[in-house]
Amino acid sequence: MDQATTSPSGSQNLFDVVWDQHSVGQLHSGQTQLFIGQHLIHEVTSPQAFEMLRDRGLGVKYPERTLATVDHIIPTDDQARPFADGLAEEMMSAIERNCREFGIELLGLDDSRQGIVHVVGPELGLTQPGITLVCGDSHTSTHGAFGAIALGIGTSQVAQVLATGTLAMNRPSVRRIEVSGALSEGVFAKDVILAIIRELGVQGGVGFAYEYAGDVFDAMNMEERMTVCNMSIEGGARCGYVNPDATTLEYLRGRPAVPSGADFERAATWWLSLASGPDASFDDHVRIDGAAIEPTVTWGINPGQSVGVGETLPAPAECSAEEQAGVEEALQFMGLEAGQPIRGQAIDVAFIGSCTNSRLSDLREAAAIASGRRVAEGVRALVVPGSQQVAKEAEALGLDRVFSEAGFQWRAAGCSMCLAMNPDKLQGREMCASSSNRNFKGRQGSPTGRTLLMSPAMVAAAAVTGQVTDVRDLAAQAT
Amino acid sequence: MSNSQVTRISGTAIPLLMDDIDTDRIIPARFLRCVTFDGLGEHAFEDDRQQDPGHPFNDERFAGAGVLVGGRNFGCGSSREHAPQALIRWGLKAIVAESFAEIFFGNCTALGIPAVTLKRDRLESLVADVQADPTIEVTADLEAQTLAWGDQVAAAELPESARTALVSGEWDFLSQLLANGDAISETAAAIPYINGFGNE
Repeated sequence: MDQATTSPSGSQNLFDVVWDQHSVGQLHSGQTQLFIGQHLIHEVTSPQAFEMLRDRGLGVKYPERTLATVDHIIPTDDQARPFADGLAEEMMSAIERNCREFGIELLGLDDSRQGIVHVVGPELGLTQPGITLVCGDSHTSTHGAFGAIALGIGTSQVAQVLATGTLAMNRPSVRRIEVSGALSEGVFAKDVILAIIRELGVQGGVGFAYEYAGDVFDAMNMEERMTVCNMSIEGGARCGYVNPDATTLEYLRGRPAVPSGADFERAATWWLSLASGPDASFDDHVRIDGAAIEPTVTWGINPGQSVGVGETLPAPAECSAEEQAGVEEALQFMGLEAGQPIRGQAIDVAFIGSCTNSRLSDLREAAAIASGRRVAEGVRALVVPGSQQVAKEAEALGLDRVFSEAGFQWRAAGCSMCLAMNPDKLQGREMCASSSNRNFKGRQGSPTGRTLLMSPAMVAAAAVTGQVTDVRDLAAQAT
Repeated sequence: MSNSQVTRISGTAIPLLMDDIDTDRIIPARFLRCVTFDGLGEHAFEDDRQQDPGHPFNDERFAGAGVLVGGRNFGCGSSREHAPQALIRWGLKAIVAESFAEIFFGNCTALGIPAVTLKRDRLESLVADVQADPTIEVTADLEAQTLAWGDQVAAAELPESARTALVSGEWDFLSQLLANGDAISETAAAIPYINGFGNE
């Protein structure tokens, strides 16, 4: 039920304030018609949406609030056109034609701003506090890091947003997740979100927006906040956000789509005013001790099936009746044993990349581990920057050379092996240490391929040792 | 433009009572290399089917089923509308599960496919009955909010907004959203980042 208010009240949280501000009205079904301030599109979930517009003779209502990029299907090695994969080439041609025809700006491969949609939006300053942002991609929750309502949507909804600038949505409840204290050395944002999902379950967030708060989030930089918000959907929450603060403002200042000068100050005042105040009310509240979070690794086939790197895998009999069948299925698919330690588990492939962990700070943390070491024999290791701009910044710091000298392949920006709609794929039963977001069966391109999710530094540690390794053991050694 | 009203769906059922079935499993990503949804039906659950000859989608007894019976958190993961599109093209007209992931649920509704929830014990009885007799007809009634099969009737729930949209035939929201053009402009004009943060 919407209670429209015209100004933020003390008891409203950021989500409710932003929702009310964007609420156009209520549809007959009871859903809210929500105005969308920024629409991001990519090549996989948009072609059918443009066809729907053509079928109905509709145009794009706010082309200036729509931006397209290409990420899922593009090769990260040989990018010469036409692509070797005819289907990928067809999709690429389709988004080029659609953007041209409907007047939408496209960041193609020849544009230095191209990259993974959830890396590019923040980088350009399009993702701002207080906006509503959608994309036909479940990891759109990433953009909540700025205090935006950011939602993944389906293709029919992409068509609706293109045609009307609005979306039909049920208002979710808001759960505040407070992570207090300080993270230990070697524990990263990825570990925080994996720990949250382990605690609340992969379905625990259905019907909720997650507000992430507390000391740990206050101390995080924007890239770390993006990593956490990115995986909200893996916990069932369609969106997650962090309240805007001084860290947010500093990240935004000077970016191309962000106002400058006096306009910036005016915007900043509004942005900060949106943050949930001390009296803000929530539908639910969860508290987690940040100091207790360990480097975390998934061992199963959903992102909630994880353990701290020092733990052993659960036995189905120890799990709740609800979980038993899933744990059995996961152990069998993964070829792992109940009771075995995750540390020491051999890997075949190491992947650093994806919209979760492909930003500059991720690459720096991984490079710090890779530096002066060598990828273990028999391990195939890839580093895929999230955008051309990340690649350029990393190269300016010499990170590409650190990785190359260590035996990692340094690739061009794209989604790469996160979902394997491009040539980067697991083969057969390969076991992959991955900084991506999903360990679903077959996710990385081989129907029988296996994924262990972990932080980029942990992936680098696994790459150089050939097995799951506690990154703190390597960080402690002089190289 | 209004759609057809979705009030009662009947058909035989296909049981897949597993939890956390993600959309990568429903339609593996390589089949998303396409610019239309045509042809997705034959690839529904392709990788699971390859690895498990006994998978229900390989089982002739369930060919032609109209109602899929799933478990908890059905359709989690990727937002790909290709997942319900593949299930529709395979022949499904309704999905019954213990619970659904949110984006998948919304995609189903937007395509006129009811996704209703049943209590676990009722799902288990339904699956047992369907296994015993795959020809048994299952009927989802959105007005009565029930699922009926044989001599059984179970409460079948779905959020009121989705139920209203399906029953009234207004499940394709595009025309409704388009109808409010003036309200959209008014709302937009009052939003600070749209109006230059109040700067004339």
